[in-house]
Amino acid sequence: MSNIKKLDGKTPAGPIADRWSDHKFHMKIVNPSNKRKYHVIVVGTGLAGSSAAASLAELGYEVTTFCIQDSPRRAHSIAAQGGINAAKNYTNDGDSVHRLFYDTVKGGDYRARESNVHRLAEVSSNIIDQCVAQGVPFAREYGGTLSNRSFGGSQVSRTFYARGQTGQQLLLGAYSAMMKEVHNGKIKSLTRREMTELVIVNGKARGIITRNLITGEFEKHMADAVVLATGGYGNIFYLSTNAKASNASAAFRAYKKGAYFGNPCFTQIHPTCIPVSGDHQSKLTLMSESLRNDGRVWVSKAKGDKRPPAQIPEEERDYFLERIYPSFGNLVPRDVASRNAKNMCDAGFGVGSTGLAVYLDFASAIQREGEDKIRARYGNLFEMYEKITDQDPYKGPMMIYPAIHYTMGGLWVDYNLMSNIEGLFVLGEANFSDHGANRLGASALMQGLADGYFVIPYTIGDYFASNKFEKLDPDHAEFDTALKASKAKYDKLLAINGKRTVNDFHKQLGHVMWDNVGMARNEAGLKKAIDQIRSIRDAFWKDVKVTGTNVDVNTELEKAGRVADFLDLGELMALDALERTESCGGHFREESQTEEGEAKRDDENFSHVAAWEYQGDGEKPLRHIEELKFEYVKLTQRSYK
Amino acid sequence: MGGNSTDTMSLKLKIWRQKNSKDKGGMVDYTLDGVSPDMSFLEMLDVLNNKLITEKGDSISFDHDCREGICGSCSLMINGQAHGPQANTTTCQLHMRKFKNGDEIVIEPWRAKSFPVVKDLMVDRSAFDKIMAAGGYVNVNTGNAPDGNAILIGQNEAELAMDAAACIGCGACVASCKNASAMLFVSAKVSQLALLPQGQVEAESRALAMVDKMDELGFGNCTNEAECEAQCPKGIKLDNIARMNRGVIKGLFAARK
Repeated sequence: MSNIKKLDGKTPAGPIADRWSDHKFHMKIVNPSNKRKYHVIVVGTGLAGSSAAASLAELGYEVTTFCIQDSPRRAHSIAAQGGINAAKNYTNDGDSVHRLFYDTVKGGDYRARESNVHRLAEVSSNIIDQCVAQGVPFAREYGGTLSNRSFGGSQVSRTFYARGQTGQQLLLGAYSAMMKEVHNGKIKSLTRREMTELVIVNGKARGIITRNLITGEFEKHMADAVVLATGGYGNIFYLSTNAKASNASAAFRAYKKGAYFGNPCFTQIHPTCIPVSGDHQSKLTLMSESLRNDGRVWVSKAKGDKRPPAQIPEEERDYFLERIYPSFGNLVPRDVASRNAKNMCDAGFGVGSTGLAVYLDFASAIQREGEDKIRARYGNLFEMYEKITDQDPYKGPMMIYPAIHYTMGGLWVDYNLMSNIEGLFVLGEANFSDHGANRLGASALMQGLADGYFVIPYTIGDYFASNKFEKLDPDHAEFDTALKASKAKYDKLLAINGKRTVNDFHKQLGHVMWDNVGMARNEAGLKKAIDQIRSIRDAFWKDVKVTGTNVDVNTELEKAGRVADFLDLGELMALDALERTESCGGHFREESQTEEGEAKRDDENFSHVAAWEYQGDGEKPLRHIEELKFEYVKLTQRSYK
Repeated sequence: MGGNSTDTMSLKLKIWRQKNSKDKGGMVDYTLDGVSPDMSFLEMLDVLNNKLITEKGDSISFDHDCREGICGSCSLMINGQAHGPQANTTTCQLHMRKFKNGDEIVIEPWRAKSFPVVKDLMVDRSAFDKIMAAGGYVNVNTGNAPDGNAILIGQNEAELAMDAAACIGCGACVASCKNASAMLFVSAKVSQLALLPQGQVEAESRALAMVDKMDELGFGNCTNEAECEAQCPKGIKLDNIARMNRGVIKGLFAARK
């Protein structure tokens, strides 16, 4: 096993509160007048990508951005609802950088790097300031100060919000900053492009190949560094809360070029989604978990109770989160809330026509505070619920069920957010770094913007100043080879001309993933999943039907390319889940639980990051590890009772 | 909740097909059976596409992404109305329970000179990005910001700014306007920033620059028909246009000083 590496996260030494500022001082700086000589590619324009692009352009670098949508403003960060955390302690309730750091490491079930998380907590305040300055209309108190609310998994009010559409407002802020730099000539924004290959020259990431989604052309793009901010891979489950175009291909292409994939099995299930209504379902809709601040989760105490909720008297209801977790109640972290809902449904207590739902009830909050107050807080969510389900949540309880929402795993990066491939930086949900095995609510927006506004602008400069870059010829062999490989993949997909649609394969994969690599996992199920995924993949490459051509718009071909990568990634996720025999955060191995049915970690054997290295198609990838050291947070079994 | 409605519908669909931007395009008739009232409008099109692919046809291209009414990707003129018959609703959030068995539904792309058709129901809205680049921001670089609470903003102003900021940039306002004017889109951004102290410094130059760009890109002017307001899926109000015009006029005076 000599090939197995112990990875170095390159975290600075010294007291944790000083590490980031010391590191900033010790990093090299590119002279202001030299910055224009460096060209950066940013793939993805969500919170991480657009904030990085804007900030790098402001510093003077030449930036080119890429997005699959018709405008950078439509990236899926836009759908985040609830809010963004920051350790401002405006509410005087005992918050601090150290508490946000502590909560995040604990919430992640001790599988994140302490130094990264501390930096995240440190810059959280600056993010709020920056967004306010851009004109993000955060909610305000009567006196004009910023409003805060509490969020699942936290005992202080540190979440800033803009109605139920915080992600939209933060993204529009970052997008505006990006458009400002388009105006200044420092950013070239290329839309409707999909990255199909990463190009490495002499060991350094030097560019990408893209497919133009309008013309079908493959294009070469060269640069001195490549930043991937391409989001997570939740869509591997087919039904998820991700947007339809969200995909893993850019990250997975990088993995196949040698970038390590960190903790691929760490996926997050969100407890408050609208349940599935039928086979036609194309995606799941999440409702912000801020709803759990005022909504009470319950099922009937009687199994298979088919009475309408209004006819179930108070004493016959089981408010199971309040019963099992008296101190956190309905505000337990996402993984705990999701698993308990699943347990209740598996045990036959589920509600609604499918039995795959639990109630989320606002009756006591409406009685206590009045309908107007509840409308002010959640009006848009209630409206969305009614549009989809045709039921009025002011009059009766909502029905909710967990759904795949976020992936904590992603490409492995060091403290500088650089992958093991030099010059390949990975930001936001696409990297594995800050949330460990479970992300706390309102922390995804924080991390995306921290990486883009306040980390990459420093660390990329150090990389440029410490390296020399040869000038690349547009006909460079590595670019030609990568372009041909990309084109060959799509030609192959079109040539199969089989019988089954891309969606059909995707749904089949999704079912296998949900049943075996979803909320609860076990050895037999994971082994079965690996076999099943392999046979779906074989069938896909023999029998998929992709209509249309490789010129002009071809949305079926786009989907086929993404599903092909999901089929490989699915196996990697199952493999990672199989080898991590402990439970932690969102990764629940049934073999490893406490007597009360809670996730039981195995710190002796698994207090590390698993970083997988591709070894060729059909070969088992290598599992490298990065040991996690905890000097400031005491490892305890999480308890929310 | 879903599953309650067991009756399915049969629909006659008339859909705009156009191979690419150079093709002339035309309406094509389809019939679709087995449509569940619980399907969203886009899920209905998914089912049709699945049928077309199985029958070896080319699927119908349309823009969509989040399918929860916030990304602004989806569009469609449905029986002549932008995003269809339900007020304050994007096409992805419109459900088939708003239609009846046997209905004929005409589905077209946004029609505007500044939004050329890319394929079928997909149009090019990059003109909106260009208008944003002309001035839809506060000129503040990363790292330049004072403490968030150093800028006090009344709850009322913050709420009004948020009302304007709710625009999703879908282009329904342009598509529903007989002049193909982008005034509602532009004024939503101008208003949001003009209502907040952070945006005050550049309020007038911003309004001028964005309106100039809008004119340059071939969008028409506003003649107060208010179709845009009626069809906006996010309830953006005409007041924003009045507020913006005030800014433009002030800006014109300022520029002549």
